[in-house]
Amino acid sequence: MAKSSDNSRRKFMATTLQSVGLTAFAGVLWSGYSAEAKAAKLVLRPPGALPEEDFLKACIKCGLCAEACVNRDTNVDKETGKQRPGTLKMAKGGDHKLVGTPFFTPRDVPCYMCDDIPCVPVCPSGALSEASVTDEKGELDIKKARMGLAVVHKESCVAFWGLQCDACYRACPLMDEAISLEYQKNDRTGKHAFLLPVVHSDVCTGCGLCEKACVTEKAAIFVLPTDYATGKAGDHYVKGWDKKDQLRVGDRDMDKIETKTKRSEETPVDYLNKEIAY
Amino acid sequence: MKKIKYLLLRRFTQIGLLVLYFGANAYGWNILKGTFGSSVLFGVIPLADPYTTLQVLATGFVIGSDVLLGAAIITLFYFVIGGRAFCSWVCPINMVTDLANWLRRVLKLDKEEVNYRFLKRSVRYWLMVLGLIVSAVVGVAAFEVLSPITIMQRGIIFGFGAGISVVIAIFLFDLFGVKNGWCGHVCPLGAAYSLIGQKSLIRVKHDHDACTACMECKVVCPENQVLWMINKESVSVTDGECTNCGRCIDVCGDNALEFGIRAMAQKQKEATA
Repeated sequence: MAKSSDNSRRKFMATTLQSVGLTAFAGVLWSGYSAEAKAAKLVLRPPGALPEEDFLKACIKCGLCAEACVNRDTNVDKETGKQRPGTLKMAKGGDHKLVGTPFFTPRDVPCYMCDDIPCVPVCPSGALSEASVTDEKGELDIKKARMGLAVVHKESCVAFWGLQCDACYRACPLMDEAISLEYQKNDRTGKHAFLLPVVHSDVCTGCGLCEKACVTEKAAIFVLPTDYATGKAGDHYVKGWDKKDQLRVGDRDMDKIETKTKRSEETPVDYLNKEIAY
Repeated sequence: MKKIKYLLLRRFTQIGLLVLYFGANAYGWNILKGTFGSSVLFGVIPLADPYTTLQVLATGFVIGSDVLLGAAIITLFYFVIGGRAFCSWVCPINMVTDLANWLRRVLKLDKEEVNYRFLKRSVRYWLMVLGLIVSAVVGVAAFEVLSPITIMQRGIIFGFGAGISVVIAIFLFDLFGVKNGWCGHVCPLGAAYSLIGQKSLIRVKHDHDACTACMECKVVCPENQVLWMINKESVSVTDGECTNCGRCIDVCGDNALEFGIRAMAQKQKEATA
């Protein structure tokens, strides 16, 4: 008797160990796959989307935003009267984005910045935050959306060649606010002007109408996720001439604010006197 | 002739729901919008999948109240009424695995000793818990990353892309790999519904006196371990793994199986005892 119960205990221990081990095996594979699957970085999300890390946690992949987008009343082709494709697509296999999450590709279909933002209030999970696109009066305001930031590649932008093109400037729903034209003298001809598009990152919503409108073969102005299109000076740098920027420092002790980079490891003297490998 | 009443009813429900979901996107219908992860019924009533909701909660995100309410409604529905009916009456993958299972019988793959037995039916419960752990570790609803259920559903609503390969993979696995491999062994969503629907009211009832022990029911049943009472006792199928698909009722030539209400079935048993 004692022997058989001993055996069954041993068998129980072995199967338990096996189950736990195999579960760990599956867990490692599953985690690895999931981590890779969500790693797609250059994805443009709908208006009001939480920061990407939180968005990926929150999105329940129901597609209600995409359905609201394609079925909105304004989504009609003015010439044919037929429904146009929606801006928001649901990522599917082969899109190389986390499957089932909404995204848009401005060069195909940009965001038209609807006043009533149909895609956001329908989100049941909170992945699209209504608060982030609501103004002080409690009304929806699409201008507060930050889907990304338009960036100009000046080498392929024909306006920088001296040609007169203001397609992006005119396409921008926030003309003269998000994109303005900067006039410069064209020294090559001596009698013409450059009309250069300049994007203002504090206003640009990342809707991508400029990217859609761009006349070059591959768009010379394009939207990147804000994180990838911006830098950060760090707290050590304060605009002493700007009262608002000084507020950023507040009461903090200036000596204790430090921006550490690789460069900080060497002294200015080192920088001047010897070659520093970065 | 074999009866196919419940089979037809199930296909009608499954396809009907997909048509409603499809129309919501394609034509703006306001009957049933969204996907199984989270839906809106008649533009008002939120519905959400309980296991999907749990995964999102496991990532640490405090999810919107619409989803919580929706998950509560769905949980209550299957807890009280439907048992694991989601799996056989709603889930589109069921049509794929049923086809694979039918082909297995036609090709006589079950008769030969080719039914791999390395998978236990309990694997799904481990995977269900594991899915929540992985969700917490990686910070993304882990089963939703590869769930063939919503990939197939979204495929039908929004277009498949390469997602169709997941559906084909499930089909091949069930046809050439393990009998009832996906739905009966692996799927953590089905595992969750097994747990939710364990005490539900609608149950298949077995009448031992009418049974001629032909065992047709056990052949078609995708979870035939739940039919242990066949030719033994007149009791209800109370195991949560029963999907209430009704195939056993259809194939039974002796009227020894029928849907019934759990409580009444139990009372009858007591009365006869």
